[in-house]
Amino acid sequence: MDYKELNLIGSTSPHLRTRDGAGHIMGEVIIAMLLPLAFGIYNFGPRALAATLVSVAGCCFFEWLYRALLKKNNTLGDLSAVVTGMLIAFVCPVTIPYWILLVGDFFAIVVVKQLFGGVGKNFLNPALAARAFMLSWAGEMSTWVGPRTSTPVFHMAGMEDLPGFLGSLFGTFDAATYPTPMALLHENNLSGLQQMYDLPKMFVGLTGGCIGEVSALLLILCGLFLVWRKVITWYIPVSYIGTVAALTFLFPRGNDPVQWMLYNLLGGGLLLGAIFMATDYVTSPVSHLGQAIFGVGCGLITVFIRYFGAFSEGVCYSILIMNLTVWIIDKNIRPHRFGVPKKTRPEAPRPEPAKKKEEAKKK
Amino acid sequence: MNIGKQLKEGLLTQNPVLVQLLGMCSTLAITTTVANGIGMGLSVTIILTLSNIFISLLRKVIPAQVRIAAYIVVIAGFVTMVDLLLQAFFPDIAESLGVFIPLIVVNCIILARAESFASKNRPLAAAVDGICQGMGYTLVLVIMSAIRELLGAGTLNGVRMFPAEYAVQMLALPVGGFLTLGFLIALFQWAQSKAGKGGK
Repeated sequence: MDYKELNLIGSTSPHLRTRDGAGHIMGEVIIAMLLPLAFGIYNFGPRALAATLVSVAGCCFFEWLYRALLKKNNTLGDLSAVVTGMLIAFVCPVTIPYWILLVGDFFAIVVVKQLFGGVGKNFLNPALAARAFMLSWAGEMSTWVGPRTSTPVFHMAGMEDLPGFLGSLFGTFDAATYPTPMALLHENNLSGLQQMYDLPKMFVGLTGGCIGEVSALLLILCGLFLVWRKVITWYIPVSYIGTVAALTFLFPRGNDPVQWMLYNLLGGGLLLGAIFMATDYVTSPVSHLGQAIFGVGCGLITVFIRYFGAFSEGVCYSILIMNLTVWIIDKNIRPHRFGVPKKTRPEAPRPEPAKKKEEAKKK
Repeated sequence: MNIGKQLKEGLLTQNPVLVQLLGMCSTLAITTTVANGIGMGLSVTIILTLSNIFISLLRKVIPAQVRIAAYIVVIAGFVTMVDLLLQAFFPDIAESLGVFIPLIVVNCIILARAESFASKNRPLAAAVDGICQGMGYTLVLVIMSAIRELLGAGTLNGVRMFPAEYAVQMLALPVGGFLTLGFLIALFQWAQSKAGKGGK
């Protein structure tokens, strides 16, 4: 029999193929993020969904526009823009005007990501950088509504009395500032916290806050799902949350260290940041030891900002600051070389700087 | 002496801010309004030109060992003059520029031009160099302050362009200075590399 009839494909290695690509992994992250999104809609009304959709659409549009204008290949397929868009909406209060979301999308996608070379090249987490940029509108970024508020999709005065479905589309919401757990924490008001939110409420997420950060329970489930699917490793979330837990337990600002610690862990964006943002592949260290150091650094800075800073929440800035240290961590913590005795050559060689001459030749 | 070449170097190829990256402190700090940018740019241009002329005149008198101190004395004299003149005739600008006018004494653009150009060339060439480099500095300051004032406060030279609630306050803060400068430098390098490719 002629071997050609066997219908074999002749090719060089690698022969094992997997569907795991950037798009596949981002798809699993998106599946995980649907849980907090669903809870956000339950807790804050249809506007949470609308804001997320606007943000995703904005990110995808800017990504497509930039790549199209510069005649580069379309990278919408890796879904990273969708993840960024969802995360930007997750770290905003539900009352955020849509145009501020779009400005944030622009900053995240064009400035932080594409100008530095696109997916995999950004030096900051795009969603958090966008949040830091959107804090230009500090008032809009810190207008909170209470739990179980139905915020209408479009904010129009004089439409408050519309019944049923129309009321959920058009209307006004009570935009009076509502004390979130983080605001009370920042005032060291433990007894006020205990009165307003008991711990089960905090754990389930029936509190005020950003769209995606409220439900600790669902975020932990998401984290477990992502670790199980091997999308993230546990090193960064555990070292991050553990550091915050240890510091807040050892230095409580209230009469009950355990409760103080739990409120610090469950309140604010700590879980969202530790699970979805600090673990971003591009902006976190490669080695496991490096990831642990990264997490501890994030935890330290988070507690420092919460305790001594002007802002009540430090997760965003702590991760952004640690993003900037990733290159130092990666440079100095190198894995053992495979197949070489530890004594003779304990470490892998330092990564060499990109060879410009070769690149120039290719051009 | 080649005025065209010096002009091109001052404005573009050897621009003190975008290429030599000198005088960052004042560039980042005062470019919040166009008026500030123009005031600072012109002050530096005047001081730079005058100090260039005098250092060039004194270049054979000043001993090499103490030249920096001598330059500083010359520059400080002109800075004091400009500072007092501004306070007398433009008190608003003098107040908003604040400490950054006295700080021109240690502005590295002026020291760099004194060291690298004025001390090696004749007074006329040094004067032209001072004007050209000063214009380059002023140009960048005006562009930066226009961007930051327009986007950061919604005004342009004090005239309101759009409601303040839409302004990106961050651009009026120090962060915005770094961002804007970074973008300008990147844009300039990109334009230069494009122009270079076209030429070849």
